[in-house]
Amino acid sequence: MAVAPKISVGDDYREKYGFYDPEKFIFKAKKGLTEDVVREISWMKSEPEWMTKFRLRSLEIFRKKSMPNWGADLSHIDFENIFYFLRASEKQGKTWDEVPADVKRTFDRLGIPEAERKFLAGVSAQYESEVVYHSLHKELSDKGVIFLDTDSGLREHPELFKEYFGTVIPPADNKFSALNSAVWSGGSFIYVPKGVRVDIPLQAYFRINAENMGQFERTLIICDEGSFVHYIEGCTAPMYTTDSLHSAVVEIIVKKGARCRYTTIQNWSTNVYNLVTKRAVAYADATMEWVDGNLGSQVTMKYPSVYMMEPGAKGDVLSVAFAGKGQHQDAGAKMVHVAPNTTSTITSKSISKAGGRTTYRGLVKVYPQAENCKSFVKCDALLLDGESRSDTYPYNEVEAENVTLGHEATVSKVSDEQLFYLMSRGIPLAEAETMIVNGFIEPFTKELPLEYAVELNRLIQLEMEGSVG
Amino acid sequence: MADLEIRDLRVSVEGREILKGVSLDVSKGEVHAVMGPNGSGKSTLSQTLLGHPGYKVEGGRVRFKGQDILELTPDARSRLGLFLALQYPIVVPGITMNNFLRTALNAHRGYDGKDKSKSVSPKEFRTLVEPYLETLRIDRTFLSRYINEGFSGGEKKRAEILQMAVLQPEVAVLDETDSGLDIDSIKYVSEAINKMRGPELGVLMITHYTRILQFIKPDYVHVMVAGQVVESGGAEVADRLEREGYAQWGEEVA
Repeated sequence: MAVAPKISVGDDYREKYGFYDPEKFIFKAKKGLTEDVVREISWMKSEPEWMTKFRLRSLEIFRKKSMPNWGADLSHIDFENIFYFLRASEKQGKTWDEVPADVKRTFDRLGIPEAERKFLAGVSAQYESEVVYHSLHKELSDKGVIFLDTDSGLREHPELFKEYFGTVIPPADNKFSALNSAVWSGGSFIYVPKGVRVDIPLQAYFRINAENMGQFERTLIICDEGSFVHYIEGCTAPMYTTDSLHSAVVEIIVKKGARCRYTTIQNWSTNVYNLVTKRAVAYADATMEWVDGNLGSQVTMKYPSVYMMEPGAKGDVLSVAFAGKGQHQDAGAKMVHVAPNTTSTITSKSISKAGGRTTYRGLVKVYPQAENCKSFVKCDALLLDGESRSDTYPYNEVEAENVTLGHEATVSKVSDEQLFYLMSRGIPLAEAETMIVNGFIEPFTKELPLEYAVELNRLIQLEMEGSVG
Repeated sequence: MADLEIRDLRVSVEGREILKGVSLDVSKGEVHAVMGPNGSGKSTLSQTLLGHPGYKVEGGRVRFKGQDILELTPDARSRLGLFLALQYPIVVPGITMNNFLRTALNAHRGYDGKDKSKSVSPKEFRTLVEPYLETLRIDRTFLSRYINEGFSGGEKKRAEILQMAVLQPEVAVLDETDSGLDIDSIKYVSEAINKMRGPELGVLMITHYTRILQFIKPDYVHVMVAGQVVESGGAEVADRLEREGYAQWGEEVA
């Protein structure tokens, strides 16, 4: 069995992913969020002036914007008690040997180099604020594919960068996109040229190590006409008693006839606030697919969206959320039909156990000119016990004629009949329950590359082990 | 001493007593038919034998291979060698038949995900399954479908017998395996059961109709009415039942 980027939480999280290395850094900004800190980040990165200004403007917006008054409880976030920038390595490695030994050890333990050898076309590994390792198969770079960390993207492709950066998610979109715009660092910058298909996935791995750390990666993906790329991100962090903040912004542009799939396996430790803005614009006959797995974190608020700008565009969100003790997964999707003859589907599966809470929050918006649109939303929630909770908030705003809209929602408990049936074949209770949960999320798992599917099933097993008494 | 010994078993469902003292003995090598009208407690008996949580044992005991099993969980009973073919097999989405059968077989072998030598190899699995796929006229693609999802009534029943063939129980309880089956399916199912029949297998066949007894000849026939076994004998009991119905025991002809 391949050792894919490990994504398990559950009882052995502390041992497998919850470890931390003694903090070593080249540079660490002062705690708290000030104009000086923002300037300092920009200066450390030797950015062009327009970016420094963009950051400072975003900081102002952040200060003016109020916290969301809906969704999960964010009142415990203390923005002044967070480190906004930490550089762990002098330079980025092109081989793992160039990565500082302790950082490399971390990624070894997480199985990244092994996964890279086995089934990835390119890898990016971010440690704290910046990417410490990067690789891309030569045949892809020969074809003009760009896969860089976002800081390098700005340096090496300034014009392409400036053309798209901040166009899909402006700083003023919400408080956390403003925060990210002010202090962003790292993330992935991808450009796939016309007609080029990247058949093997590219992966980015995000690791927080330091305590009270904020990670604010910024990802920009441009799929030119008729191209294809599958990008995967994974994330873990040590278990600290204090909170960490992860607030990313991901912008994707899918041009005519192109297809982009973005797969996330979010497995943060349960002290992380995960507040992410993800949005794609899809042009004529383009397809955007978000495959979004939220397993870890204390609080997640994330609603990947697709704006279908031209006829024939297609948006797809397939998400799974697993909330255990003390966790709240407030996740969903947003589908915006701007053009006629566009189609979208949202499939959301959530599992709550041991008092965990999952929320589906989704919006389907159809503008007046967007006739003949189709949208289908399906939310299924599985509760493993009486103390867990699941809520569904589907919103529809339809202003056009001839729109086909479907919505289906189910909430179920693991049924005694199913358990008895599996057990009557000799399968012990815990294993039977795990099988049922894995079966429940099978529509999600089958969309993952095999190695991830295997890991995900293992993860569910670990999550479940604590739940059966 | 019989391999499966049921003594004065009393069972209630939601406070209502259904089994009012049932005693039966089933040993390996024997085929028993338990016949009875609707509501006589036949299914309660079968579900109780495997430990369904909805059935409450009020008294009596059940011994299997000399061990009291009423305190055991359903999975432990199964691993001990007891099997139940359900009257209404359950749909479990997202789990393939293949995965289900292999997981069950591995559980029977004590494989807990660690000692690989205990797990069933793909080759061994094929040798076990394939002859029965053929006998039961089940297409191979069936194994990649989810448990009972979208199966016809006949397919569900045949899948139950396939599970039995894979797990090789010592005593199998077949709960109305023949009900709702077309004549072809009855033939295939009977053929598979007859193939398994032998000194290592005991069968407790629960049925409403005598039809299946033409294909699977029982050694013993018991008649159950209103939660009690009212008559036991050889195949001739079934013949009489065929002619006279349940009326002779004070029941309407079903």
